[in-house]
This record gives sequence, C-alpha cells and structure tokens, in this order.
Amino acid sequence: MWYREAGQFVTNYYQDRRIFPLRFDRWFVAIGLILLVALPTLYGSEYWLSAHMIPLCAVGLATLGLNLLTGYTGQLSLGTAGFMCIGAFGTFNLILRLPDWLINWPTAMLISGIFAGLVGIVFGLPAIRIRGFYLLVSTLCAQYFVWWFFNQYKYFLDYTPSGVVALPEKYYDYFGLSELMGWDMQSYNNRWFIAILFVIGLTYFAKNLIRSSTGRNFMAVRDMDIAASTIGISVPKTKLLAFFVSCYYCGIAGALYSFAYIGNVDLMIYEVDRSFTIMFMMIIGGLGSITGSFLGAIFVYEFPIAFTVLGDYVFAGAGGHAGGGFDSAAVENVSNMAYGIFIIALLIREPGGFGALWGNYKQKLRTWPFPH
Amino acid sequence: MRYGEIINRNLERGHFLTKQGELIMSMLSVNNIEVVYNHVILALHGVTLDVEQGKIVSLLGANGAGKSTTLKACSNILPAERGEITKGSVHFDGQNNEGMQPTELVKNGCIQVLEGRLVFRNLTVEENLLSGSFIRENRAQAREDLDKIYTYLPRLAHVKDSIAGYTSGGEQQMLAMGRALMSRPTLMLLDEPSMGLSPQIVEEIFQIVETLNKEGMTFLIAEQNATVALRYADSAYVIENGRVVMKGNAKELLARDDVKEAYLGLGEEGRVNFRDVKYYHRRKPSFS
Amino acid sequence: MEFDWVYFIEVILGGLMSGVMYSLVAIGFVLVYKSSSIFNFSQGTMLLVASLTFVRMTEGGVNFWLAMVLAMGIMVIMGILTERWVIRPLANQDLLSLFMATVGLATFHEGMAQYVWDADVHGLQLSKFFDLDILRPDPIMIVDHVAWLDILLPRFDIFVSIVAGSMIIALAIFFQKSRTGVSLRAVSDNHMAALAVGIPLSRVWAIVWSVTGVIALISGLLWAERVSVSFTLIEAVMKALPVILIGGLTSIPGAIIGGLVIGVGEKVGEIYFADALGGQGIELWFAYFMALMFLVFRPQGMFGEKIIERV
Repeated sequence: MWYREAGQFVTNYYQDRRIFPLRFDRWFVAIGLILLVALPTLYGSEYWLSAHMIPLCAVGLATLGLNLLTGYTGQLSLGTAGFMCIGAFGTFNLILRLPDWLINWPTAMLISGIFAGLVGIVFGLPAIRIRGFYLLVSTLCAQYFVWWFFNQYKYFLDYTPSGVVALPEKYYDYFGLSELMGWDMQSYNNRWFIAILFVIGLTYFAKNLIRSSTGRNFMAVRDMDIAASTIGISVPKTKLLAFFVSCYYCGIAGALYSFAYIGNVDLMIYEVDRSFTIMFMMIIGGLGSITGSFLGAIFVYEFPIAFTVLGDYVFAGAGGHAGGGFDSAAVENVSNMAYGIFIIALLIREPGGFGALWGNYKQKLRTWPFPH
Repeated sequence: MRYGEIINRNLERGHFLTKQGELIMSMLSVNNIEVVYNHVILALHGVTLDVEQGKIVSLLGANGAGKSTTLKACSNILPAERGEITKGSVHFDGQNNEGMQPTELVKNGCIQVLEGRLVFRNLTVEENLLSGSFIRENRAQAREDLDKIYTYLPRLAHVKDSIAGYTSGGEQQMLAMGRALMSRPTLMLLDEPSMGLSPQIVEEIFQIVETLNKEGMTFLIAEQNATVALRYADSAYVIENGRVVMKGNAKELLARDDVKEAYLGLGEEGRVNFRDVKYYHRRKPSFS
Repeated sequence: MEFDWVYFIEVILGGLMSGVMYSLVAIGFVLVYKSSSIFNFSQGTMLLVASLTFVRMTEGGVNFWLAMVLAMGIMVIMGILTERWVIRPLANQDLLSLFMATVGLATFHEGMAQYVWDADVHGLQLSKFFDLDILRPDPIMIVDHVAWLDILLPRFDIFVSIVAGSMIIALAIFFQKSRTGVSLRAVSDNHMAALAVGIPLSRVWAIVWSVTGVIALISGLLWAERVSVSFTLIEAVMKALPVILIGGLTSIPGAIIGGLVIGVGEKVGEIYFADALGGQGIELWFAYFMALMFLVFRPQGMFGEKIIERV
C-alpha cells in the first residue's frame, strides 16, 4: 500500500504538472540519476562502459528519436541510420574545420543535430502527401542517398584513404580540461559522462515535449490527421517539426555512436541494417513510449550477447567456444531463430512492447495488493 | 434428440426462464459473465440477461458501460480485442458458446452488427452483401436472398454498385444489417444502430427491425438512445459500470421516474440536467 | 556522336526484363498485403528458404518434379504454420506490430535456413533439368535485320516474362471473381467485420500464406538462376520495395508495371545519368527517388486502392 497518491497533495499548478506525481518516484529517479551520472564516471570499468553502457546510450537515444517520429506522430521511417550518419559526420567536420576556441565536442554535437534535422525536413516534405507504409520510400531514399553522398564526396572524411577516421584525443576535449586538469579526455569515463548527460537532458526535453501542446499535436496527427486539420492543427507543419526533432535526436545519437562508442568515424556502421535495428528496438520497446525506447534498445542490443554467453555456458563442457563444441555460425543461426521467436511471442503477449509491460506493472503496483 | 432430453439438458444449465409458472425457451442466456481486457481491465462485473425467442430486447446504458462488451461476449469476438470471459458462460440456442469460433456461431444463427457499421469500404455494396453469405453452402439460395434483402432495404438497391466507403451513414447501417441478414440468422445482435444517424434514418432502421421481428427474428439491441430503443423493445436491461442495474418490461421502464430522469432527461419539473438527477443508480444492482 | 538507338532499345528491354524479376517478388508482397494488410517483410527470406530447400534436394539427387512437389508442400506447410502461430495470435493488433512480426519471422527464416541446410552459395541452372529451347543459355535474336534493328535478348528473360505473366493473370482472376478472392479482399479491408460476418479468417490466411510460399518458391528459383541461391537473395526484397510502392500495395498489375518502371529507370539511370550525378552506386537511391517522385503525385501508387476515410 505504499505506492499510492493518497496523502500527497499539491498546492500550486507547478506541482500539479510534475512528471512524477508520486513522492516515491521523485526520490527514486533523482537518486538514480545522480548515481547514474556519478558512479560510472568515477569508478566505471572499461569493459562495462565501452561494451554495454555507452552504446546503449547511443542506440537508446536513436530509438527515442525514431519513436518521436513513428510512435508519436505516426510517420514511418527507415532512414534513422542515415540521419545518425549526418550527425556523426557533421560533428567530425565541425571539430576538424573550426578553431578550437570556437567549438568543442559537446557543442559540435548540438550543432550537427541541426544539420541532421534540416535534412530530415527535406526528406519529410513528401510526408505531406504520402501516408502509411508508402512513406517508407522517402526515408529509405534518404538512407541510401546519405550513404552514397558521403561515400562519393570524400571531402567529408578528410580524404582518409582507408575510409575510416580514428578519432584522436583532442577531439574529445572541451573547455581545455585536458591540459588544465590532466585528465584523459578520451577515456571511456569521460565519454560516458558526456553521453549520459546528453541522454538525460534530451530525454527530459522529449518528455516535456510530449506533454506540451506540440506533443499533443503530434499525437493528433498520428491518430486522425484529417480531424486534426479540421480543428486548426497545421498538419504539414506538425509533420515537418516532428521530422526535425526526430532527426535532431538521431543526429546526436549518431555522433555519440561514432565518438563515444566506436571511436571511429566510419560510413559502414550507418547502413540500412542499422535503421532496421533501431526500428526493432522501437517496436519491441513500444511505440509511443519513452521508457520503452530505452528498454527496447537494451533488449535488442543485449540479446545476441546474452544468448552467446548462455550458449557458451551451457556447452562449456563440450569444449567452449574455442574448442568447437558449438561453432559460432551455428550459434548465430540459433540466436537468430530464438530472436525471431521472441519478437513474435512478445508481440502476441503485449503489442505495446516493453513500454506497455512497464506501464502495466506500475499500474499493478498502484493497486497492489489488489488485482485490479 | 428428443424433446425431453433438451429440457433436461437445459434445465441443468439454467437455460429456461420461469415466468408465472410457465417454462419459456430463452434463445440467448448470459449467465453472470465477467469480462477482462488485456488481463488488467475489468469491463463486466457479472452480467446476466436472457433473450426470449422472437422478442426484441434492449440493452441500455451510457458510454463505456459495457454494452458492446456484452454483445461481443455473446458472439465470441472478444479475443480479437484482447478480451476474455473469465467467469460465467453464454448459451445460445441451448449450446454453451465457450470455445466456439465466431464462424461456427454465425453458422448456428447468431450474428452481430458491429458498432460503427464497419462495412468493407473498398468493396461495392453488392460485394459487401455477398460477403455475408459466404458462410452458407448453397450459393444459388444466397443469390435469391440478395434480391429479398433489396426488398427489405430498398435504399441499397439504388447504390448497389457504388463503393461502400462512399455511401452515407444510414446506407452503411442498412448495408451492415443486410450483410448480416445474408447469413440467415435467427438472432441478431445490433450494437448502437442509431449512432451518428439522423432521427429520420434511425426511425427507418428501427422500422426495419420491427418488420424483421414480426417475421420471427430475435434481436438484442445495445443502444444509448433510450427513447427510441424502449419504444420498439419488448424488454430492456440497463447496464452501468459493467453491471445490470435495472431490468424489466420496456413499457414499464419507460414509465419509471428514475429511468426518465437518468436516461431521458425528463424530470418532474421538465428537462433535467444530469447534474441534478436525483435517482442516479450507483453501484447497487437491483437484481431480484 | 550519334545516339545509339539500338543500344538504347536494348537497355530498355533489358530494364524491362530485370523489372519483371522484381515484380515476381513484389507479387508475393502484394498478395499478402491485399488480403491481410500485412507488409510481409519475410518475403525475401521465404525466397531463400524455398529455393535453398529445392536446390539442396536436387543436389542430393532428387528428381526435379519430385523436388518441386516436395518444396511446394513444405512451403504450404510453412504457410499454414505461420498462420497458426504468428498471424492468428496477432490478428487484432495494429499493422506496425504485424509488420514487426514479419521482421521477426524473417530473422527466424534466416537462422533456420542456414542452420538446417547451410550458408554456402548454390548455383542453379534450370537448363540442366529440361531440354527446352527456351532455356538455352544463348540469347535469342528478337528482331533480325529489320531496317537497322538487331535486338538481342536472353532467352531466359523471355521465359521469366511468360511465367510472371501467367501468374498475374491467374491471380487477377482469382481476386476479382472467386468467392475466396472476395473474402480475401474483405478480410484485408476490415478483419474485425469479416470475423463478425463469419468469414473463416484462419482458413483465408492459411491459404494466402501458402500461396505466397509457392510464389516465393517460383520466384526464388527464377532469381536463383540469375544470382544463385545465397544469402543475397534476401536483398531482392529491398529492390522490390520501390516496385510495390509505385504500383500500389494492393494491386497485382501494379506490381508488374511498377517493376517494369523501376527496372527500366534503374538501367537508364545507371547508364545515362550516372556520370552526370557523380559516379557509381546511384542505382539504389535512384530507384527510391523515382518511387518517391511518383508517390508525391499519386500517393497511393498507380493502382493502389485509395485510402478512404470518414472523419
């Protein structure tokens, strides 16, 4: 009976509009966020940061971006990786070409998001006429076009012969802290710090965006755009705004992916597969759910890893994975089969994905110990 | 099956009503069902109703009371909306509906006309009507029935080759009913037939219902428009918050003060605003 | 320099032929979409599963016709099982979830096909099985020495066109005239209403998925002759997408015409425009770009059903 609104009163509108009405939630989230930012930055192990936590920030943010467009505004998009690519390349080029006193890594990311957003608007223009599955054409076109563009015009990769740019430490520096404090700015701890701050900030912004009239416009357009236009919502403007915001998020996510996670700027990581993966994450996490975006990202990202680890563990006696009891191709195939089955089973059980499961769980918690 | 067996089997299931000492065959009996959506939302808290053969029974109630849910429970299409009957049972024509596919129920003669009409928008009116008959084996007979439907619903004959999505609301409602009729049902479940239609068309629709009823069709009609529904029905049930709170003969209900105030807006001093309703029934069900 | 008309015509015809190949895949998509409004992402992997099964059987020495029958049988069973375990439980959900389920299905097919058979590339040559004139590898001279026209066409492409043509005609008749066809259209229009009217949804969908499986087998084999049976078959899907989107998701003739348009457009774009637009690799986005331009003017595709909405 502890998770209840009873006994918690508000005395002004500001309190009334809080994101977390329950005191328990507020404390939980506040403490959680502080720990989330501080602990890994100070004590995080390299393995966990580099292989799990940082990539999850990047793909989680991309999923959130896609969810804003598809889950909240109903515009299908398979061009996510293309927009991520613009963000990454934009950040790289800004740091490369602008003087150090003017630009640093976080600022560059914020600005390159705008580039991605603008390109998003261009490829979002057809959405004014085209609806439903047919809209995939536009974003797929964006995906392939962006890829071809950066492949064709090597200027953006600084003419690196290998096609891959390994980012040196000075790119990660901001406020001259590298010299001032002697910190290793390229370390995963620093990268995590920036990544998690961006994620928290952007998620907070997204949450408030959804609760605002803009967010309601998005949802109105998703649910019934003809009716929305009759009550005065400008449907084209709303759609284009959704594209801009979503691609902004995807751009920053792409920059985080390249800079914070991989450490290279490489065109190959932004292919169509990536777009599909992000879309999987969004659907498994739940359309129209912010928490779901991150839950879905975590699941999709960790599943193959977890499966392989499990497989190794189960077959450890038969020689482990170097010996040959369980060859890696077989593992991958079985992993694919299990993954496919799991997606289908989850969709059957709860079409709203993990986000809806989470919502149901909280709802049950509110009425616990009663069933409903 | 011999008559005696039928009676015994049905007596066990409480299938028969007793009215003034007579045993009357009820075509549809809903026995204290509880319906849950998505495993978490309780929609019906125990609804019991009976529909006698050859009668028109009305199910009244406000938005969200549980009328559509009751009808969908009867025609077994709840699973399509992630709902399930967790307690109780529904018997149609002597048989327990549990586990039967909607297809089988339609073959047995129970068909539902869904809320909002739901015609096949991209098919023509005639194709829509024919789609109702696919369940039957005798195709030639189905074609004959088509002509009969056009006599019951002459408006449809005018638009029979138009695309159904472009026809008017009234025509769509008639189309949905005609489509249902093509399967030669014995019981029709109508879900809010008056929704979104003008009063004149509503009268037309209910006239058609009356005509069909005179020829032996049984109806269970869920309606918000209590005035019209109570005028045409033989008996009625009122649902609120997933429970039946009132039941009885339609004429009697129409004359009751509390019904008039709560559902028809007619108080003793003239029109009543819902805020001033004195006789609003809260959770206590008045079962007898 | 004089414009080489003969070459141009050959390019066009070549584009038409490759377009027909895309159309074959597109037809499978359209079939599923038309009857259930599901965007079947696993069409490509079905091609792979079907042709891999067939090829491994024939390599193992099984007679062509027997292998054909067995493969068809397997695809039918797969269709029925897919309907039973994937489609039916998900029937009440929105289209994006169903799309996602087909993506899950595709992942499953990928893993299964390569686990059960293997991941190698297998060549396929239909001419090994039959001694038909049409299957000989050398090209046919279509028009010989008429004025200045000397047009060479590979025989196989003509064969593909014939197969595709017959499939379309059969399917078109099926949808317009037969009872099952109208049921399919009703189900795709509004499956809740179809359920309420008594149309046996499961049976209808089982038929659809089985037929799609057989179409996948046929198109898989034809594609395999061109590109061999391997993982890359799945990428046929990405090429087929602009095709269906131009032709309209619900139209089978649209799939054909869309395929032709994309096939020709791609070839022409590659050969004549590539230099102007800067280099190789433009085919992919060029195809999507064409589809995009098309859709802007006709948002439901050439022959797609107009989205009818009442507010």
